[in-house]
Amino acid sequence: MSGVMKRMGMIFRAKANKALDRAEDPRETLDYSYQKQLELLQKVRRGVADVATSRKRLELQLNQLQQQSSKLEDQGRKALALGREDLAREALSRRAALQQQVTDLETQHSTLQGEEEKLTLAAQRLQAKVDAFRTKKETIKATYTAAQAQTRIGEAFSGISEEMGDVGLAIQRAEDKTQQLQARAGAIDELLASGALDDPSGMAKDDIAAELDRLSGGTDVELELQRMKAELAGGSPQQAIEGGTGQGQSQQQPQDTPRLDKQ
Amino acid sequence: MIVRIMGEGQVKLEDAHLTELNKLDDELLAEMENGDDAGFRATLTALLDAVRRFGTPLPDDALEPSELILPSPESTLEEVQELLSDDGLIPG
Repeated sequence: MSGVMKRMGMIFRAKANKALDRAEDPRETLDYSYQKQLELLQKVRRGVADVATSRKRLELQLNQLQQQSSKLEDQGRKALALGREDLAREALSRRAALQQQVTDLETQHSTLQGEEEKLTLAAQRLQAKVDAFRTKKETIKATYTAAQAQTRIGEAFSGISEEMGDVGLAIQRAEDKTQQLQARAGAIDELLASGALDDPSGMAKDDIAAELDRLSGGTDVELELQRMKAELAGGSPQQAIEGGTGQGQSQQQPQDTPRLDKQ
Repeated sequence: MIVRIMGEGQVKLEDAHLTELNKLDDELLAEMENGDDAGFRATLTALLDAVRRFGTPLPDDALEPSELILPSPESTLEEVQELLSDDGLIPG
């Protein structure tokens, strides 16, 4: 396909890539929008809580009214048992007034319950929408980041055809990886040699240990040398040293060993 | 395949329809290059109609890159010529 459709598509993609670097970061806008949605959700949840609190209050009032109603009923029964029909009538008429209030409150209660259910459902739906938005937002952010990377790659390979760009990129990646591995190997060798890294084989020693070994090895050689000198001279090692060097410096100068020949 | 009609939105097209659309698209390009205004208008209308007929519209909030883009129905020959020139209508 080489018609208008394809050519326009190519032009727009090229422009979109160029525009990407200049445009404000859409990821921040998305995060802000998500934040706003969370606040809205919070408001809806608070609304649900308010309605639920009102419903609870109504339930408490209903309980109280019903208790009063039973109390009046008992009083009426007792009054009747005592032959006071007038009192019983009074109690029952008060109870009837209470019953009216109970009915009214029950109507309000059921209305509130319906509202609460609707609001809870709305909150759940909103929660689902916000969750979906969060997923979409992350996808868009990832796509944007990928597009940015693609733009940079595209710029790096400007002048080379798309296909060649891909091949070149693969080669570049392989080269980078190789260089990285080589650099890492070199760095590890240096670190092992300096003693900053422990050699898992336990064979390598750090420079201080190596120097100490060298020094103590040298001392052993010195001691052996003194012993041999003493044997040859037939005297104590100390005398031999003094006699051998004249100035008692042989302990500090292992290179004096050739003096043995002169003795 | 996702096709965008500028100013209208995106539609999803089955690849089977591409052959027919390609013919119209090539005609459109030829008319545009020849400066055939009447032909351009007729072919663009036919091409857009075909895309609308074969395609399923994508929801407005869909985030799909378009593989093909078509000029808006009101586009003039000059506008499309300018769009397809090196700089295009949108600077950048």
